[in-house]
Amino acid sequence: MCAVELQKLRHDRTELYTRAVQPALWLLIFGQTFTRIKAIPTGGVPYIDYLAPGIIAQSAMFIAIFYGIQIIWERDAGILNKLLVTPTPRSALITGKAFAAGVKALIQAVVVVLIAALLGVALTWNPVKLLGVAAAVILASAFFSCLSMTIAGIVLSRDRLMGIGQAITMPLFFGSNALYPVAVMPGWLQAVSKVNPLSYQVDALRGLLLGTPAHLAADFGVLLVASALGITAASCLLGRLAR
Amino acid sequence: MTSDTTGPAPTTDAAGPADAVSCTGLAYAFGRTRAVDGLDLSVRQGEVFGLLGPNGAGKTTAIRCITTLLPVPAGMVRVFGHDTAGDRMAVRRLLGYVPQQLSADSGLTGRENVALFARVFDVPRRERAARVAQALAAVGLADAADRLAGTYSGGMVRRLELAQALVSAPRLLILDEPTIGLDPIARTGVWEHINAVRAVTGMTVLVTTHYMDEADQYCDRVGLMHRGRIRALGTPGELRQGLGARRRAEGAPATDTPPTLEDVFRDVAGSGLDEKSGDFRDVRSTRRTAHRVG
Repeated sequence: MCAVELQKLRHDRTELYTRAVQPALWLLIFGQTFTRIKAIPTGGVPYIDYLAPGIIAQSAMFIAIFYGIQIIWERDAGILNKLLVTPTPRSALITGKAFAAGVKALIQAVVVVLIAALLGVALTWNPVKLLGVAAAVILASAFFSCLSMTIAGIVLSRDRLMGIGQAITMPLFFGSNALYPVAVMPGWLQAVSKVNPLSYQVDALRGLLLGTPAHLAADFGVLLVASALGITAASCLLGRLAR
Repeated sequence: MTSDTTGPAPTTDAAGPADAVSCTGLAYAFGRTRAVDGLDLSVRQGEVFGLLGPNGAGKTTAIRCITTLLPVPAGMVRVFGHDTAGDRMAVRRLLGYVPQQLSADSGLTGRENVALFARVFDVPRRERAARVAQALAAVGLADAADRLAGTYSGGMVRRLELAQALVSAPRLLILDEPTIGLDPIARTGVWEHINAVRAVTGMTVLVTTHYMDEADQYCDRVGLMHRGRIRALGTPGELRQGLGARRRAEGAPATDTPPTLEDVFRDVAGSGLDEKSGDFRDVRSTRRTAHRVG
């Protein structure tokens, strides 16, 4: 599945370019403006530095959240039925898709890191830490793609999924520490952030890329458990899409 | 051929080897709609069996039960003796399946499309490249193999899907409306490639279609399906002659043109064929396929 995604990207790179536009704009417009306002307490880091890991996580999530729509499209096109009739276990198909999302998100992360570096963000170039960044991006994308595919397995139609997809991406993004620290949120939103894997991903990315204080063990623990749960849930529901 | 080693041994009755497919009282309902309603069917090894019927007759649902996509209780469907309820993996290893929609991935080349299925069917890594090339050559796509499937014509996409289904060397090839929307030349092309592979491998083919002429020409036996059940079964010749004999007995002039398979079908389905045939979703999906084929 991963190989298939890469083959497709090799044939048509448009997606790669168009997807790079949004994070670049976030960093350029939102990042630069809020750096000047200095309204958000970032713990001494310039705001654009603070924002960059959040934007990596955001763009990875946006890629991953499309996988549910993609799997419904594959169902409608008969591709999914053909795959489900092969001896490959459902969990293997889902895991393949989840990591394909991870690989795509990783390419996207590289692009965002490069843009951020161009904008003067002081990122680490320590290869071990960058490997950690890659792992966090892949695990989180695996989780979000499985979340999306799980919902696809429940609602079974593209229209319903698009509505739900939009309804959940917004709170997932703004109910996380991607744009601002959790401490500035009202209590109920802090609770949302506590159960939001995106927050743990951003925390890990920030710790690794910027060297800010982070809880790496907890972050990777949460991401591992979340992606394992996501793969299990999506695999169990995959059969429903074929009916 | 691949065979399963984990599941229970395939049952072989005293009469000889197990049928390629046998359905006993197969029933499947979507909510209140009984799509398949007591289907009894046996497909012999090595034959081309045509499942015929109008939209909504239950053909695709029956196919999806046989391919393990829809869960059915034990004892209803057996594929080469393996029960689709208990022994799914064994059944899947024996199958090649081409669904009704044009399901090749247009963002990949022909070769990549087939290679994906070689991988998911566990074709050993060392044999893969050769098996993929062989499958592509078998459907006459060797020259176009490295072009994107998005540039293929409808007939080429269908042949590519055949290659995808054939790369695992299935013992049973299941085709759901393989020639829908294709022009006559492309239709003939698809069937010629199927028959060429059959001549070499002896595989069984189960095909659904609503083109009666095609069934007449290419199927060894056909089952006419209507409202979830087989209403007539036999070789196309037997069915036509049967109806012809009955018509003569009823006093039709001997000079009357001999009945076609379509006449047999009208006779079997009787009135009410037009009002009940095909729900909205069926028709829409059929139209979409026809549209994509061009």
